Amino acid sequence: MLAANMPTSTGIRTMRRAVIAIVVTLIFWEVTSRFGEWTGIQIPFMHVIPPPTRVLAAWYTLLGDAGYWQSWYLSFLRVLAGFGVAMLIGIPFGMLLALSRIFYQITFPPFEVLRPIPPLAWVPAAILFWPTQELSIAFITFLGAFYTIVINVIGGARSIDARYVQSAISMGASRWTVFRRIILPSTLPSIIVGAAVGMGITWEVVVAAEMISGGGSSMGHGGSGTGGGLGFFIWNSYTGGSYEQIVVGMISIGIAGYVSSSAIRAFGNLIAPWLKPR
Amino acid sequence: MSAVAKKIEQPRLRGAIRIEEAVKVYGDPKTGVVAVDRCSFECPPGEITMVVGPSGCGKTTLLNAIGGFHSLTSGAIYLDGELLCGPGKPQAAPGSDRIVVFQNGALFPWKTNLENVIFGPVMQGKLTAREARDKAYVLMSDAGLSGIVNEYPGQVSSGMRRRVEIVRALMNDPKVLLLDEPYRALDALTKSVMHESLLQTCYRNRVTVFFITHDLEESIFLGDQVVIMTSRPCRVKKRLKVDLPHPRDHTTRTTKRFRELMDETMETVHEEAEKAFALGDREG
Amino acid sequence: MHAPRYGVQVELALYRLKNWLTSSSPYLMLLGFVLLIGFWWLSVEVWKLPRFAGMPGPTVVVREWLSRNPEFGLSIYTPEYYLHILTSLQRVMIAFALATLIGVPLGLILGWSQAAREYIFPVLEMLRPIPALAWVPLAILMFKSSEGPVIFVTFLPAFFATALNSMLGVHSIDENYFRAASCLGAKRWQMFWHIVVPGSLPYIFTGLQISIGLAWFSLVAGEMISGEYGLGYVIYTSYTMVSYPTIVIGMITLGIVGYVSSAIIRIVGILLMRWRSRELGLDGL
Repeated sequence: MLAANMPTSTGIRTMRRAVIAIVVTLIFWEVTSRFGEWTGIQIPFMHVIPPPTRVLAAWYTLLGDAGYWQSWYLSFLRVLAGFGVAMLIGIPFGMLLALSRIFYQITFPPFEVLRPIPPLAWVPAAILFWPTQELSIAFITFLGAFYTIVINVIGGARSIDARYVQSAISMGASRWTVFRRIILPSTLPSIIVGAAVGMGITWEVVVAAEMISGGGSSMGHGGSGTGGGLGFFIWNSYTGGSYEQIVVGMISIGIAGYVSSSAIRAFGNLIAPWLKPR
Repeated sequence: MSAVAKKIEQPRLRGAIRIEEAVKVYGDPKTGVVAVDRCSFECPPGEITMVVGPSGCGKTTLLNAIGGFHSLTSGAIYLDGELLCGPGKPQAAPGSDRIVVFQNGALFPWKTNLENVIFGPVMQGKLTAREARDKAYVLMSDAGLSGIVNEYPGQVSSGMRRRVEIVRALMNDPKVLLLDEPYRALDALTKSVMHESLLQTCYRNRVTVFFITHDLEESIFLGDQVVIMTSRPCRVKKRLKVDLPHPRDHTTRTTKRFRELMDETMETVHEEAEKAFALGDREG
Repeated sequence: MHAPRYGVQVELALYRLKNWLTSSSPYLMLLGFVLLIGFWWLSVEVWKLPRFAGMPGPTVVVREWLSRNPEFGLSIYTPEYYLHILTSLQRVMIAFALATLIGVPLGLILGWSQAAREYIFPVLEMLRPIPALAWVPLAILMFKSSEGPVIFVTFLPAFFATALNSMLGVHSIDENYFRAASCLGAKRWQMFWHIVVPGSLPYIFTGLQISIGLAWFSLVAGEMISGEYGLGYVIYTSYTMVSYPTIVIGMITLGIVGYVSSAIIRIVGILLMRWRSRELGLDGL
């Protein structure tokens, strides 16, 4: 089928509409947020949220605050640690599950039984087990990403067309070659998808863990100390009454999460270019 | 045979298609890809016109233009004398007077075969559900499909699915049936049974058929007229009338006249197939 | 005409069961569980490995769970246990119902209408990366009640997942179905009802299964931060009140309830999409 060339005017129209929608949303936010100040009538839900102009002002001042950037640094560190370990253990584990029938039959049922337990439910167990708070947070982060990555790897490895493997073997390939040159590259797309999704979950978990250990003060080891990170930053802003900072924190995490997932996808396109849409 | 007698009885024929200098260019009119290059031919009403050509040559574009899914860059297509698409109206609106049967089938998988078949008249409000069902039972049993009325398309063979889809189209009394290589994915044995079944249906219905294929034998067996297209951009290379007598069945393939017609057209088609092979086009 | 089918289905199920029992699968599965629970038991109660010392072992947990007079207050015989389960369930159900009722139609519209997508999707994509739990403080400010923030935070990720998958579902429908329908004279709203909705169902149900998982995920966190009652709350307070076996009871209960809710959705999906089971030759589950 001959593909029709897309005229660029459609692309421009899409961008124009997106910009209009976002601008309208921001205006809506500003107006409903400030409505109480202007008229004395408070719009439900929206009046407690600080307006975008004040949020931007607060953000501007924060840009010079070292503590703010340290929160970024700490959160990123935790995300990378947990995510990294999840990939290191999850990919081989998933591959083993997909390729060895016996290993699958022994290990998958207990894995499936543990999976519905939300990672955050492991928090007390993790705290009891690991010596430091950082390690417990890292463990929970690891769990969140681990399940997703494993499931995606299994799915990917299983959906390999058997004929690729058969044609390689009929051309004389060894088992190791088949693994390295067919199974691994074929599973790559699923690994990337699992990684991108797992990255999103990792951020969710890190934020939650930071809020719980900061917010639920009795959870920490000795009160303060090893807290910090963007989740803690948000909770702190809440208890401290600086509501603009709450929104700044939220948007910061959103950006951080988006950037991480995009980085993974970009990396994926690099190592698996045959997948790029035509 | 009574089917043949019926054939002579019905004088009113509809669905005459006239294609005049049709041109389709994708992209910029000057520099884009020319899919169809000044095609002109006619499909007589009530007859089966087979359009043969190598894959990717643009035959489907023509079919889609008649069906209303593609526009023409220039030229015109007329149906029974009325303009379908042409100057001032580059794209026709799809309608139930010209129904398309697609290559891979488009029976709705989530509806039973019966629900599929009654879809057209019920959606248009032309028949009530009960009337539509009654008519559907008749048409389906004519086509030998009464056993699978309440099954889902996914449960029956692809050959049966094609037949259901043709019945679904015929429920709407269309003027033209547009068939886009419907039997391409079937094995040779099923295909020859499907051919006979299609001819029987046409003997009963006298609908105009515009049938795209790459299979020369199929086109001579089924067609009243065969139009041979060049490789991309497609132009009419040769037209011939197939004067094999009706009713035809599988024995027709071994007749002398059949082989003569094949010899006449084989070289022409083969030439174009080689050109398309050299171009390396993906199948349309 | 369909009655004989069910007899065949039962026979088929029994046949499959017999095959499964005589293969090695169930015994290997048993081995897996034995290894898991065995390792837990050995490390905590028998060898008393250093890291594992403070944790409750399986015998302690099971004894507590099944006792009529539990030392730490929660077992299958105490009404509070069911109160907590019900509270969590209720919150998840409300959030999930809202996410589905808003997310599915929105997703379908985003898939169907180019204009709607070009306007609305960018706004959603800006909001989506913000983790659900980051909304907690804002939600506490926004909602006066104590239930509001928890349900809102549970609703958000479920909503995004449902809407996104519903939209993908519309895009996954082969264009030829729409073309065939317009040949057959269907109008736009008829196409929406007869093609878009049934055609997206597989993707919608995948989305629903994902979103119920996300809902439980957020619920637990939300309950830990700001709830009263509920399984997340139980786990959190059991830690602070040093009733460790209850932590594990809470975790296991969460796992069971989560799995069952996901299975229910899967079954509903199979029932609604009977054409797929017939097509793929799957009889039953």
